[in-house]
Amino acid sequence: MSALLSVTDAHVAYGKVEAVRSVSLEVGANEIVTIVGANGAGKTTLLSAIMGILPLKGRVAFAGQDLARLDIEDRVAMGLGLVPEHRELFVTMNVEDNLELGAFRIERSRAKASMERVYTLFPRLKERRKQLAGTLSGGEQQMLAMGRALMGEPKLLMLDEPSLGLAPIIVADIFRIVTELRAAGVSVLLVEQNAQAALKIADQAYVMELGEFVLSGKASDIAANERVAASYLGFQHEGESVI
Amino acid sequence: MNTTIMLFLVQDGITNGAIYALLGLALVLVFAVTRVILIPQGEFVTYGALTYASLAAGQMPGTAKLALALGIGAFGFDLFVARKALHARLIVRSLITNVVLPAIVLALTLYFAAQKPPVAVCIALSLVIVAMIGLYLYRIAFQPLAHTSVLVLLIASVGVHLALQGLGLLFFGAEGQRGPTVLSGAFTAGALRFTGQSITVYAITIAFIVGLWLFFGLTLYGKALRATAVNRLGARLAGIRTTLSGQIAFLLASVIGALSGILIVPITTLYYDSGFLIGLKGFVAAIIGGLVSYPLTAVAALVVGIVEAFSSFYASNYKEVIVFMLLIPVLLLRSLAAPAVEEEKD
Repeated sequence: MSALLSVTDAHVAYGKVEAVRSVSLEVGANEIVTIVGANGAGKTTLLSAIMGILPLKGRVAFAGQDLARLDIEDRVAMGLGLVPEHRELFVTMNVEDNLELGAFRIERSRAKASMERVYTLFPRLKERRKQLAGTLSGGEQQMLAMGRALMGEPKLLMLDEPSLGLAPIIVADIFRIVTELRAAGVSVLLVEQNAQAALKIADQAYVMELGEFVLSGKASDIAANERVAASYLGFQHEGESVI
Repeated sequence: MNTTIMLFLVQDGITNGAIYALLGLALVLVFAVTRVILIPQGEFVTYGALTYASLAAGQMPGTAKLALALGIGAFGFDLFVARKALHARLIVRSLITNVVLPAIVLALTLYFAAQKPPVAVCIALSLVIVAMIGLYLYRIAFQPLAHTSVLVLLIASVGVHLALQGLGLLFFGAEGQRGPTVLSGAFTAGALRFTGQSITVYAITIAFIVGLWLFFGLTLYGKALRATAVNRLGARLAGIRTTLSGQIAFLLASVIGALSGILIVPITTLYYDSGFLIGLKGFVAAIIGGLVSYPLTAVAALVVGIVEAFSSFYASNYKEVIVFMLLIPVLLLRSLAAPAVEEEKD
């Protein structure tokens, strides 16, 4: 089986500190794959390196092509999208401009249709389309960041902590949309601290600890794993109630 | 104080202020997009002005040759960077924009310089030559450093300024030049006399500001430039190349600089090194605008122009000192208003 994204023996280092060690993973077509793990496990670092923001040692292939020589913009043009943890929106520009720029590499005629699709997925964004991105609520900003990434017509969307700091009702909404994306043919690589919610919608899952994958397999199996339940799901429960 | 004198000074100040506004806007644009503090902005002014004046006098300006030389350099950089994955399309595209284009312009310049071309041709050629110099300079001096700190970029910027100033002396000599007016004639309104040239300055400044406003507000590329300025990583994740944004910014800055030069060279005698001081006044306006605000920069530029006009009347020896002293209260206020310097994010 040839996977859409395949990462083989990846190492990512900040100077001498290796934040990600010997990690391999695959994301197939029409699949939601999640990486769960505690804060600081190296999940964000791994996504950034796959996107080309950080240098990575090892092999990353997307749609059968080695990404080693390609920069961020090339990867975007190939259909790899990232919604970063900090969203990186154009805060002084309105919602519609943010979306329009998401389709910078897409033909204008197709961009129009893309925008309609994004508005259908996120009706809230349509209501706020003339509002400045910086004045949106946290949940709306997350929707806008996802919408902007979708405007680039990605084959694989990588989401970094989409639920971080959001109200439970909005989190549920965002996870529902992630499953809708899969139905629409977009694969998703989801990095989450909220392991419970992520494992519920994912097909495959990896558990990351201190820069390494310690467990991988079907999401349902991982969710049933005692060790995961003890260290993440239980913990996550308490964590949620604190927030 | 005499009202007529005051009106004269205000008028003079606004004419100069309009030029400073254009330069200040270009500085803000370049800094916002590339983080380069564009010290050579002043050289774009003198190059534009003196290329125009030389052409109008029937002389061959050395800047056309410089454009070709820089273009060949830029082509070399392109090839070197892509050496491991060279393909024909990339080579041809780079060859056309970096070598063929300046070669054609050089040929046109050689042809026209011999026969004292009309003003419109001189303007067009000067603008194109300086625009190309700006574009290739970005490729050679700033694009390879794009990921470095503001300080490194500033040092590169100072280096480019010194190099261009030296080349300016080589191309145009130490004597000052004046160019023909774009629009001759004049009319009087009350006590004030408006020359065609000052009207041209106002009209072009306003047209450029409106044009920039439309470009940034309505076009995809304009928005992409703003996006790069607001959030570099976000822009890259949307597929907007920072190098493309940098090229557009430098292209605009060099065209604005050259245009400003062409507008003032009929009014003031310009020397190869006059640009620095002119650019610096645009810089004062840009600093007052915090290097981010376009409207504030434009207003500040008018203030700079008017203060300069009044100080050159009342204390002409101290005219530059007074203008640059404007910075002190502004910097003081700004440092009080924002005690913490925001960490640069990449």
